[in-house]
Amino acid sequence: MKYVRLLRVNLFRKKIRTLLTIGSFAVAMFLFGLLIIIRLAFNQGVAVAGADRLIVTNRMSLIQPLPLSYDSRLSAISGVKQVTHVSWFGGVYQDEHNFFPQFVIDVDTWRQVYGEYQISPGEWKAFVGDKQGVMVGRALADRFGWKVGDRIPIRGTIYPGTWEFNLRGIYDGSRDTADTSQFWIHYDYINESQSARFARNYVGWYVVKVASPDDSIHLAKTIDATFANSPWETKTDTEKAFAAGFAKQIGNIELLILSVGGVVFFTLLLVTGNTMAISVRERTGELAVLRAIGYSPRFVLLFVMAESIVIALVGGALGLMLAKGMTMGGDPTHGLLPMFYLPPQQMAFGLVLALVVGVLAGVLPAFSASRLKVVDALRRI
Amino acid sequence: MIRVDGRGENSLIAVRNLGKTYRRGNQDIPVLQGLNLDVDAGDSVAFMGPSGSGKSTLLNLLGGLDVPTTGSIRVGGDEITHMSAGRLTTWRARHVGFVFQMFNLLPVLTAFQNVELPLLLTRLSRAERRDHVETALSVVGLADRMHHYPRELSGGQEQRVAIARAIVTDPTFLLCDEPTGDLDRSSADEVLDLLAQLVAEYGKTVLLVTHDPRAAERAHMLLHLDKGVLVEAQSGAHA
Ligand SMILES: Nc1ncnc2c1ncn2[C@@H]1O[C@H](COP(=O)(O)OP(=O)(O)OP(=O)(O)O)[C@@H](O)[C@H]1O
Ligand SMILES: [Mg+2]
Repeated sequence: MKYVRLLRVNLFRKKIRTLLTIGSFAVAMFLFGLLIIIRLAFNQGVAVAGADRLIVTNRMSLIQPLPLSYDSRLSAISGVKQVTHVSWFGGVYQDEHNFFPQFVIDVDTWRQVYGEYQISPGEWKAFVGDKQGVMVGRALADRFGWKVGDRIPIRGTIYPGTWEFNLRGIYDGSRDTADTSQFWIHYDYINESQSARFARNYVGWYVVKVASPDDSIHLAKTIDATFANSPWETKTDTEKAFAAGFAKQIGNIELLILSVGGVVFFTLLLVTGNTMAISVRERTGELAVLRAIGYSPRFVLLFVMAESIVIALVGGALGLMLAKGMTMGGDPTHGLLPMFYLPPQQMAFGLVLALVVGVLAGVLPAFSASRLKVVDALRRI
Repeated sequence: MIRVDGRGENSLIAVRNLGKTYRRGNQDIPVLQGLNLDVDAGDSVAFMGPSGSGKSTLLNLLGGLDVPTTGSIRVGGDEITHMSAGRLTTWRARHVGFVFQMFNLLPVLTAFQNVELPLLLTRLSRAERRDHVETALSVVGLADRMHHYPRELSGGQEQRVAIARAIVTDPTFLLCDEPTGDLDRSSADEVLDLLAQLVAEYGKTVLLVTHDPRAAERAHMLLHLDKGVLVEAQSGAHA
């Protein structure tokens, strides 16, 4: 403890330099925090994906539909516990910037497949009983200040016209990673309004709940084989693989993060290492006097290391706090990245990373300081 | 009693047949060769000699900052030439007070904090450390400058703070390498008066390297370093 003052005065001896070095750490760790946030946001689908669900899409592409008749054919396949279907509504509320996902769902089977939401039985009943009803997630309701009973107009893009919906319920997630930014619409309401010849009785994709997750891969193959050589061939994936594939469409986020992060940390290491080396060099004479009056090489080593580590931790903590502060405002894309946050484990990891850089940057200058030949250093330079 | 013939007995500092050879490239540079020295407790010695004659080398060896090529150095009962680096560091902290020509004080610390530095290595409590530091600073006459930084002190005052730091642990002896080398006449006198007072009033043992004949005059004995050995020059004022 009695050495703390020595450490402090040394850190403040070149205030600007110390602040700049702390600043580099803060900037780097802020960037690290952002990368982590973005990575988590893109992978959130993967993280929350159920192991026991398969997604059945049109083989051609995700936006091609599948016929409603597949519902019963899928249910008939052994190993399938429950089938539900979903379509992308893609409407606009007030303004294009207000994006949020709108799913056209089959209310009869939806909850048997997606059991992870917390919904009050009364609200669910009211939603099921009203074809024009919608159920929305808590985050979405909070975002627009919606209350149960509100009428919400949505301008259709895939389904033309302006649609009026009645907000019948608000669901919550049972985990804080759950997506509560969705907007659920009755399939029947949309389907009945479609032209009977062309557009009626199609769905966007199917979600299959499997009886035993161990059979998922096998079951997926069976499903695709069942519909092979039909006008609507299918492509079946586990929900996890589906979500991962979706994240990949945006780009190889992992690689991006690794390369950007790697460059930043390497630079940080060099900058800090250089600063420490200069600061040790300037103090050669002083360190020699300390050694002469009885301070051990180990003391000098730890002393220089401590300086580097304090800089790293203070700067790192500052940057991470800034990144955390960014997430306090919630998802800046309003719905594209519903899971926009920096979990405490990742902050701890960031701090450990800063510590590692601090140690690595300090170790060489500290080592050379500790090996200083006192008599040589005391000679006139 | 100070002797250079190697015949002293039970002296505080006993140097026998000391040799130090530097190697530069593949060339040997002998600096000290078969040097003998005895110094008793309470003595003061001044070393003189041309630049490069090995005065600093001798002082560094006596202070355990460097190891000799041959010979032995005993201080009290301790043979320091065979000590490990770690033990030598501890030994220095306990027995040697250093005053150098430059780089003495840490500019970021006040006079008080600079003098306290060697005490941080001891088990003394905060209050005990403060007592010791205040005593040392009043011995050197700078009790009123305790909280000044080195840049706020004159050169002579800085060296007096360095002397306070050297005596604060009550070491066995003081080693001063040209402590007045960077000072003007009057500042140098302040420092020399102080060193003389430490010997006369406090019974300290002081070994001093200097280029200044007036500094040398004040020591009990003046020794010349010549061709790697010490020779008696002339008697000082008290001899
Ligand atoms: N590390 C070293 N390597 C090689 N030679 C050295 C080394 N240290 C000192 N010397 C040489 O040893 C000799 C004695 O040096 P020293 O510093 O002891 O002299 P000095 O008497 O203190 O001189 P000055 O009055 O200039 O301080 C010099 O010739 C010097 O060049
Ligand atoms: Mg010298």
